[in-house]
Amino acid sequence: MRRAVVALVRKDLRLEARTRESVPAMVLFSLGTFVLFHFALDAQTVAGNLAAGVLWVTLLLAAVLGINRLFVAEREEGGFDGFLLAPVDRTAMFVAKASVLFAFLVLLEVVAVAAFAILLLERPPWHALPGLALLLALADLGIAVVGTLVGALAIQTRARDLIVPLLAIPLSVPLVIAGARGSAPLLAAAGAGALEGRWLLILGLYDLVFGLLAYAIFDFLLEE
Amino acid sequence: MTATVELADVGRAYGERVALRDVTLTLEQGRTLAVFGANGAGKTTLLRILATLLRAHHGSVRVLGRELPREGWAVRGRIGFLGHQALLYRDLTARENLRFHARLHGVAPQRIDELLDAIGLRLRADEPVHTYSRGMVQRLAVCRTVLHAPELLLLDEPLAGLDPGAAEVVQALIGPGRGTRVVISHDVEHGLAEADEVLGLRGGRVALHAPAAQVSVADVRGLFA
Amino acid sequence: MFGRGLKTLSCVTVVLIVGAFALVFFYAPNDADQGFIQKIFYLHVPLAIVALCGFVAGGIYGILYLRSGDRMHDLRSYVAIHLSLILAVATLISGSIWARASWGHWWVWDEPTLVSFLIVFLLYACYQPLRFSIEDPQTQARYAAVFSIVAGAFVPLNFMAVRMAQSVAHPRVLTSTTAMPGSMFLTFMLSIVAMACLYVTLWKYELASKHASMQLRQLRRKLAGEDDGWTPRARRSAAPQL
Repeated sequence: MRRAVVALVRKDLRLEARTRESVPAMVLFSLGTFVLFHFALDAQTVAGNLAAGVLWVTLLLAAVLGINRLFVAEREEGGFDGFLLAPVDRTAMFVAKASVLFAFLVLLEVVAVAAFAILLLERPPWHALPGLALLLALADLGIAVVGTLVGALAIQTRARDLIVPLLAIPLSVPLVIAGARGSAPLLAAAGAGALEGRWLLILGLYDLVFGLLAYAIFDFLLEE
Repeated sequence: MTATVELADVGRAYGERVALRDVTLTLEQGRTLAVFGANGAGKTTLLRILATLLRAHHGSVRVLGRELPREGWAVRGRIGFLGHQALLYRDLTARENLRFHARLHGVAPQRIDELLDAIGLRLRADEPVHTYSRGMVQRLAVCRTVLHAPELLLLDEPLAGLDPGAAEVVQALIGPGRGTRVVISHDVEHGLAEADEVLGLRGGRVALHAPAAQVSVADVRGLFA
Repeated sequence: MFGRGLKTLSCVTVVLIVGAFALVFFYAPNDADQGFIQKIFYLHVPLAIVALCGFVAGGIYGILYLRSGDRMHDLRSYVAIHLSLILAVATLISGSIWARASWGHWWVWDEPTLVSFLIVFLLYACYQPLRFSIEDPQTQARYAAVFSIVAGAFVPLNFMAVRMAQSVAHPRVLTSTTAMPGSMFLTFMLSIVAMACLYVTLWKYELASKHASMQLRQLRRKLAGEDDGWTPRARRSAAPQL
């Protein structure tokens, strides 16, 4: 199965590098949303709870864009058939797609967090970075797993673009709760506070539960 | 010796619409089965069931001695499927596409170059597929189909969109003698000429099933009436 | 198939509900702070608990369906989720009324049960549209099962996360069950049991009804001469077909 996962991941990364469809769109969307927030909140800078909220909501909505595009190539060009005909474990598709989505999210965040710091934070969040990075990494894992599931669920339905956000947003609430509450003290105006362990615990638990669940049931979404 | 393909009372529906009903047939190893029928008669559904892409809702299916869908995993690497869709990524080059499928099937990379040479696409192998003509895409799809040297070929109008020169080149790879074949074709004369057995579908049911020698062109044309 | 014992169950349910009502109105004491309106607690919390169990049960039947392919499990899952969704809406409404009466606001974010239910409602509201948008009945059942499993696993995680999000500064006021006098506790327990029986009764009724109409449709098809049991012939719908 490792061979199949590697082949799929390489193929998707190569496609993205060539067409540059998903990641630039996600980045631009984030930047635009930051601008919107500036005007909507009428604030020069944000800090603490507000900063955490703006950042996490924006990242989640950008992730939804990425999830929508995740299976597009497979759907339109018959890629599922090509994969289903191969003598490989079908769960490889899940692992590969989740890994690709994770990679896209990491790329997105590198740019978006930097832009966020420049546009909306009062001072560079150097001290906050390690904690923030850890929270983001764990949350990305959760979004990758759930996003791949939701993306695959949406394939067979007729209202594909609608089903993805409608399902992804409630399912991501625990991630946003833990991420935003965890980041709020890190982005406080008075300087970076401490990162509470319990938010990492929630993120970790979410990743574990949904990771295992998705791994077990993804096959059923590919059969016909 | 077990036959390569054995279907018994196979049925399959899409929602309300019944695509196949009571299909029973057997195909021995090395023989070619030509499948004829009007559009919507169930030919593609039948092919996809044999390819393990669809489950039959009714009846039993045995391919290469294995029961589907339970043992589908055991036969996937031994079947070559050429459907209406090329199953190629348009933004990747021919070589990248074949390399991807080769990795999925565990095929050595040398084979890619051999096939590209055989099919005459070596020169344009490093250009994205969306720059190819229809015929070139079809030729590449044939490469993909035979990349892993399958024992059973399932071909849905393999020569569609090919000029005679290209058709000849393609026949060398998927023509009679290249294993057990199930071929859907709209070209009645040609299909009949290269077939060992004929299956005619009408409205999802078997309307004609006989060795090719006993079937005339007129019999087949009657299916489309 | 599902109708066995239904009459007895209905009688038991009616008795329990009447009993619970009697206890609520005549036996349980009035709350010192909130007065009479606090009694909506005996409706709101059992609704919440039974709805949650229903969602999780829907997920369990989803697992059973995927493992066995028995369409009856899919039907059970569908009905469980569909009923629980109704109970969830009732939970939200009763919670809102309670909040308005106690705090003057139609909605309070301090109450983790209410907030969690809002999220769970938003998620499960997609269940029927999802089913309806998939035409092939077998695919529809399979995807619905996957959804029910994922959503079922999500429910407890969600509760935990929301509960943690309400920090110590906002103590839960509406549903604290820590210090309940004996009379309140008894009434509360009876209310839960009554609600659970109501749910199961409704569930069995709907199952029996749907199963009967499926059999009727099959008989009609047999009479019309289409003998095979496997041909689906129904119009597109969100509910499971045979």
